[in-house]
Amino acid sequence: MTLRAPPRAWTHRHLLDVDTLSRDEIDRVLDLADEMREARETRAHRSLLDLETVALAFYEPSTRTRVSFELAAKALGATVVDLAVERSSAGKGESLVDTLRTLRRVGATIVVLRHPSSGAPYLAARETDLSIVNGGDGTHAHPTQALLDALTLREALGSLDGRLLAIVGDVAHSRVARSNIHALTKLGARVRVGGPSAWVVGFEDWPGVEVATTLPAALEGADAVMTLRVQSERGAVAGVGSLADYVRDWRLDEERLASAAPGAPILHPGPTNEGVELTAALANGPRSRIGRQVEHGVTVRMAVLALVAGVA
Amino acid sequence: MIDAGFGRLTDPPASLLLARVRILDPAAGTDEVRDLGIVDGSIADAAAVPASAPRIDGHGLIAAPGFCDLHTHLRQPGDAAAETVASGARAAARGGYTTVCAMPNTDPPIDRPDRVRSLLDAGRDAACRVRVVGAVTVGREGMAVADLEGMAAGGAIGFSDDGASVPSAGTAGQALRALSALDRPLLEHAEDADLAAGGVMRAGRTASQLGLPGWPADAEVAVVERDLALAAETGARIHLTHLSCAASLEAVRRARTDGVRVTCDVTPHHLTMAETWVAGDRAFAWEPSRRDPSLAFDPMCRANPPLTTRKDAAALLAAIADGTIDAIATDHAPHPAERKLVPFDQAAPGLIGLETALSLGLAAVEAGVLPLAALIAALSTRPAAIIGEARGMVVGGVADLVVFDPMARWRVDRSTLASASTNTPLLGMTLPGVVRLTIADGRITYRA
Repeated sequence: MTLRAPPRAWTHRHLLDVDTLSRDEIDRVLDLADEMREARETRAHRSLLDLETVALAFYEPSTRTRVSFELAAKALGATVVDLAVERSSAGKGESLVDTLRTLRRVGATIVVLRHPSSGAPYLAARETDLSIVNGGDGTHAHPTQALLDALTLREALGSLDGRLLAIVGDVAHSRVARSNIHALTKLGARVRVGGPSAWVVGFEDWPGVEVATTLPAALEGADAVMTLRVQSERGAVAGVGSLADYVRDWRLDEERLASAAPGAPILHPGPTNEGVELTAALANGPRSRIGRQVEHGVTVRMAVLALVAGVA
Repeated sequence: MIDAGFGRLTDPPASLLLARVRILDPAAGTDEVRDLGIVDGSIADAAAVPASAPRIDGHGLIAAPGFCDLHTHLRQPGDAAAETVASGARAAARGGYTTVCAMPNTDPPIDRPDRVRSLLDAGRDAACRVRVVGAVTVGREGMAVADLEGMAAGGAIGFSDDGASVPSAGTAGQALRALSALDRPLLEHAEDADLAAGGVMRAGRTASQLGLPGWPADAEVAVVERDLALAAETGARIHLTHLSCAASLEAVRRARTDGVRVTCDVTPHHLTMAETWVAGDRAFAWEPSRRDPSLAFDPMCRANPPLTTRKDAAALLAAIADGTIDAIATDHAPHPAERKLVPFDQAAPGLIGLETALSLGLAAVEAGVLPLAALIAALSTRPAAIIGEARGMVVGGVADLVVFDPMARWRVDRSTLASASTNTPLLGMTLPGVVRLTIADGRITYRA
């Protein structure tokens, strides 16, 4: 079979973050994902990964990331194993490296790793000869989420060059925000992070990033708005007052969005807490691209798996 | 006749003539090239060396007083997989050290006179002198002050709850009052547990980018200020170990002006490795950053206190040169591989340092950011003075010295390290400075 997206340099065996990808490489993933959307319907690439065994090693709960990786791998013909951490030796205290080496021995070639420790995929890449795809590590990175967000924004806005994206919410605890900053600034966008000051601390020095500590300042002139999940499981609400305070000052609704560019699309990495980060009307309204993000999740992950496997 | 090298030396007795060696003696303030004689383990006039003794060309080599490490984890008793007195002392000798001060955070901790004595016994035949630091509180639990007087009588040279600060100011003050009568220093690991809470690397831009919880400089400075106030109040001696922040140095300078009896040390890694090493940087703190992203989150770069900023590293280097910092102490912290083969935030903090301290110092000397004489004094005579020991190169004195080639290079390699552990981010790197000979108390303890 042939792939239409023109082959450009892709030398990465792993996808650990987007910070080491060039703009060309990011474009390559997005173009390939567009191609995968059609291919998925026609099952054109159903044996592209037939030599690969993709193991899903999720040390944190996940629905959309895990399921979309599984569907992506299966759509390309890979054998897929899901390491159900709570039912495996990992749940009995086996170390991450030992578990991954075991997966390698039984035939896994690619591991999609989600782990609560920032940097765990780097350890995995160094200490095994598996190809590692980061499915989200601690508060560090979530590269496939950033790539599907970039694809969603490219679809909504055309080029990202010179566009201003506002990322609103608990940025400090967000791996999604970090990877998006890398991806979107590489694609030429400006990024503004907004949230209560404890949630945007540490971002003042990031190249290409502006910081806003009120919602109007965060939204002013934004071409697109991404609102993040309030992650109470990461101890997030502490430090910014109560959840009610957050809702009062930061919840997105149509009225507050008036200061953003007209029709600015709304993104959310999910799962949403409707009524907390944004109103249900907004989440389900015409500006919302949240459903599109989920759809892109599968095609972007198809593209990433094909690229790290070296078959695209 | 000039023999080929040090490898053929036999022991005992340590008698030899080292021709045309550069002798650096911070105690005497001398730096000269001449012949160095050693007869039966004592420093002698070259003319007094018997003709039968080996003669070695010392051209290009430096001879200096043996190094003294104020902060060593020998992991004995309780953690032989990481290190033992024997293996740690071999690592010390290979690094040019003739004395190490063993920290008491062992299992069980060194918190009683009998435990001090048994550790001293274990060090009797080691490849360097082993001095013992006793715990400040019973069980290192931070509650009841331990039997400091008994441990001092048993040979403890100082006291520390290293791994943590003495948690409460009241307990620290009580310990300092007891120590003022014993003339032994409190060796304080300055870290406010509340302020440091959960931090695994220095707070700042790199921590923010890596999504790792930050450890703020305040965590150190708060305890430094507290201890300096207590030392002023009690008149006791305080030694602040592994300082990593410029603000701590300022506090030390101010306290000294006020007459507080304070000394302090810094580790080789805080002088040379910036926090950007956690992001994969492997350039020294004074060089432009050189990142290899595949090395990011290397658990070998997790230390406590965490690796510092470039700005603080520069301040620490300058403080050795200006005398604010008395000593370079390794905080040699061996860990078996499995404790570092985990994600960064779960890794045991610390790195080995005895075999690389001189080399890291010489890298700074080569770069022009640390004077050689200050480096040697901070490794040898100045730390020795803190534990009440004299070092020097005077004729008639016992030979206690190191001979090294400052220009030669070596590759830090798992297989050649003498320590039982190999946890250092320097693995694979090539460093300046090769130790050729170490003589501790007149006895050859290392030669190459």
